[in-house]
Amino acid sequence: MSLLSFENLRVSFKQDGGLSPAVKGVSFDVKKGETVALVGESGSGKSVTALSSVSLLPDSAVIEGSITYNGQELCGASETDLRKLRGNDISFIFQEPMTSLNPLHTIEKQLAEILLVHQGLRGQEAQTRVIELLTQVGIHDPEGRLKDYPHQLSGGQRQRVMIAMALANGPDLLIADEPTTALDVTIQAQVLTLLRDLQASMGMSMLFITHDLGIVRKLADRVCVMKDGEIVESGVTKDIFDAPQHPYTKMLLDAETVGYPAPVPDDAPVIAETKDLRIWFPIQRGLMRRTVGYVKAVNAAEFSVRAGETVGVVGESGSGKTTLALAMMRLIESEGPVVVLGKDVQGWSQKQVRPLRADMQIVFQDPFGSLSPRMTVSEIIAEGLGVHGLGDYASAEVAVIEIMNEVGIDPETRNRYPHEFSGGQRQRIAIARAMVLRPKLLVLDEPTSALDKTVQVQIVALLRALQVKHKLAYLFISHDLKVVRALSHKVIVMKRGDIVEAGDAAQIFDAPAEPYTQALITAAFDLAVKEGAEV
Amino acid sequence: MRLSPLNQRRWRNFKSNRRALWSLWIFTGLFVLSLFAEFIANDKPILVQYRGSYYTPIFNFYPETEFGGDFRTEAVYRYAEVECLIKSGGLVDCFDDPEGVMDDAKDGIVNDEPIEKGWMIWPVIPYSFNTQVEGPGAAPSPPTMQNWLGTDDTKRDVTARVIYGFRISILFALAVTVVSSAIGIVAGAIQGYFGGRVDLIFQRVLEIWSSTPQLYVIIIVFAILGRSFWLLVFVTILFGWPALTGVVRAEFLRARNFEYIRAARALGVSNWTIMFRHMLPNAMVATVTMLPFIMTGAIGTLASLDFLGFGLPTSLPSLGEMTAQAKQNLQAPWLGFTAFFTYAIMLSLLVFIFEGIRDAFDPRKTFQ
Repeated sequence: MSLLSFENLRVSFKQDGGLSPAVKGVSFDVKKGETVALVGESGSGKSVTALSSVSLLPDSAVIEGSITYNGQELCGASETDLRKLRGNDISFIFQEPMTSLNPLHTIEKQLAEILLVHQGLRGQEAQTRVIELLTQVGIHDPEGRLKDYPHQLSGGQRQRVMIAMALANGPDLLIADEPTTALDVTIQAQVLTLLRDLQASMGMSMLFITHDLGIVRKLADRVCVMKDGEIVESGVTKDIFDAPQHPYTKMLLDAETVGYPAPVPDDAPVIAETKDLRIWFPIQRGLMRRTVGYVKAVNAAEFSVRAGETVGVVGESGSGKTTLALAMMRLIESEGPVVVLGKDVQGWSQKQVRPLRADMQIVFQDPFGSLSPRMTVSEIIAEGLGVHGLGDYASAEVAVIEIMNEVGIDPETRNRYPHEFSGGQRQRIAIARAMVLRPKLLVLDEPTSALDKTVQVQIVALLRALQVKHKLAYLFISHDLKVVRALSHKVIVMKRGDIVEAGDAAQIFDAPAEPYTQALITAAFDLAVKEGAEV
Repeated sequence: MRLSPLNQRRWRNFKSNRRALWSLWIFTGLFVLSLFAEFIANDKPILVQYRGSYYTPIFNFYPETEFGGDFRTEAVYRYAEVECLIKSGGLVDCFDDPEGVMDDAKDGIVNDEPIEKGWMIWPVIPYSFNTQVEGPGAAPSPPTMQNWLGTDDTKRDVTARVIYGFRISILFALAVTVVSSAIGIVAGAIQGYFGGRVDLIFQRVLEIWSSTPQLYVIIIVFAILGRSFWLLVFVTILFGWPALTGVVRAEFLRARNFEYIRAARALGVSNWTIMFRHMLPNAMVATVTMLPFIMTGAIGTLASLDFLGFGLPTSLPSLGEMTAQAKQNLQAPWLGFTAFFTYAIMLSLLVFIFEGIRDAFDPRKTFQ
């Protein structure tokens, strides 16, 4: 029998006097003890569908259709009834473990609050249950962790606490909205394993929202593929993966970054290199601000990158990848030589470095955050030209049009603002902004991580084409090992500021020497936890 | 200049708030009218025709001798003698019987001789803010057909004083708001953008500065330099600018780690350009929502200083001073009511407008 069922659900948002539809007539149900995955790219309406079940949408949302839980109609139900369901019968896990926990409350307090609200447990009783829950979600030494604040936990631990909170009242249905997207691959594998085990032991149903088909294959009994607010295909997981019917499903399944980068000629000149690069942040204590130790964000990093070559930097969050990139761009202070085009720019003032900035450019992760929302695309792209005095107004316009054609955006759209573009288009704009200066070195800081899989494939292809055409040197930072493999000639594996392994891409991926690298690769390619690896 | 889509949306949102839109129109109307207060309430005519030529007494100085009088001081147009001189073309008889001559001159002939008739156009209210109203009765005198809102305790027309007082309050508030926001934004921007030591030192300076007792400084400065409008504006700005600094600083601290700011730095854009082209537009939302408090605060500051007697020089019209008079003359309730309603209407209109602006800038608010 079905636990939760959606019947012709329509959700639209009020906007500027009109209604813009987000979900257009979705029907499916979740049976007892079953895992249903909602899959789709960003903007397909999968989160909106899930959140509408217990009316967690903003006030501007208009919900039509019918949502029933155990035969009870939820669409239009009173706030009091819904509150009884939320967190008790239906629990949620959200994407961001950093912001879903209140930073001012201890772990114990946050968990005990839920127990108090829904079960009336307090004091010793509550504490016992909290410890039990923390043990259940695999937190080591739960007694010692009770008084910890969220910032004292790692991302994976925080997500485990979130899961413990969701499970506290023994829910019948768990709605997980991209619960692992913000986590590192190794942690992601652990959390998924945990969720699967818990679901089996507690017999609850799960509605799992994700864009990652790899996860779906591991976890879900049935799949609903969403596109533009509609379910285009649904069925048993195995059938969908083995014989997809709808072209969109086929496209999603085919969206894998494949291939290898073009080889580099042996005589290619070195564009940038560093030796023993260190970025240490002092820890100061006491009245006199005495330095008692250092946070070693990057410790003794060493690499060199030649024209037309890509050096991939991989590692989990907090391993110092981005810090290394910012230091190479001279955007933060560091120690040790930073050699760009044969000049050691370490210690140069910002003014001295400025002329060199045309030769070294950076593309950031977040295509939404890296473009100034109040400038038109042509202003954004042309800004660097103005700074470096490359051409007057008319030729800047020509350069902008040329570069927009090159990265695959219609130049006619150059007078629009960034918010009118999709994530992939924005990332192309960001690449155009960097490329318009014709740099020799391009630092790419997770340029594909915030994008949908299908868009990722296109961006990787674009980067590859640009590299071959302009003999670009890439410093490519990513936690996504599949993308790194498709782009990199050489790979550096970083862990807590140290380089644990470095070498040719083929060698690292096919025969990783370090256990850490092995764990990363297992997690990334098989979504499995590698036993015995300390991560 | 084309409004960006975002600002177009804000303007649409603002327009959909009827109360705010009406308040804006009414307030703008009142303010524009009060800018032309000299043509509405004045003790000089707007236009005079005398012996075929035109005179504009509001803009120019004309001695009485110009119109055939005796004194070389400025003509006092409201005196019957001067009025008679202008209307009859400068007949000497005016000094003996001005009313009779004026009656006689209506047909253009006095004592069988044709005269050059003249005329004067008076403002609606024939008093300026400092005109002494002549007539029977002790000051403050109650409202009459002549003085719509009565007179104050030195026999000056209250209506005229309200119009001029309204203008000076708004101008004062605008001047203080514009200048102190500009200083506050720059200061906050520098603090937030550079952060670190600059921020630390600046914060301490601000703490010391904002704990200085403003009232004492005003009293001391006025005692030494004498009271004046611009000195008061200066001193108010001196203590008013930190109001915005905190907000702008916080916005800049947040924005300086945004990726598009980093991208601009990686492009080699200079610090000032980054601050004012890339970051300021972000801080503007917070700034605009804070502005109402500064503006109404400035009006309140002026009112309370005037009320205490440390505000504008006595030669200027002031609503706060009228409030103080109302307190001392409880037997003359028209003073109190006038002051109360003037402030109530002025501040309510401003609050309604700013409420609309704040809602229009709120990205989460939806409008039907």
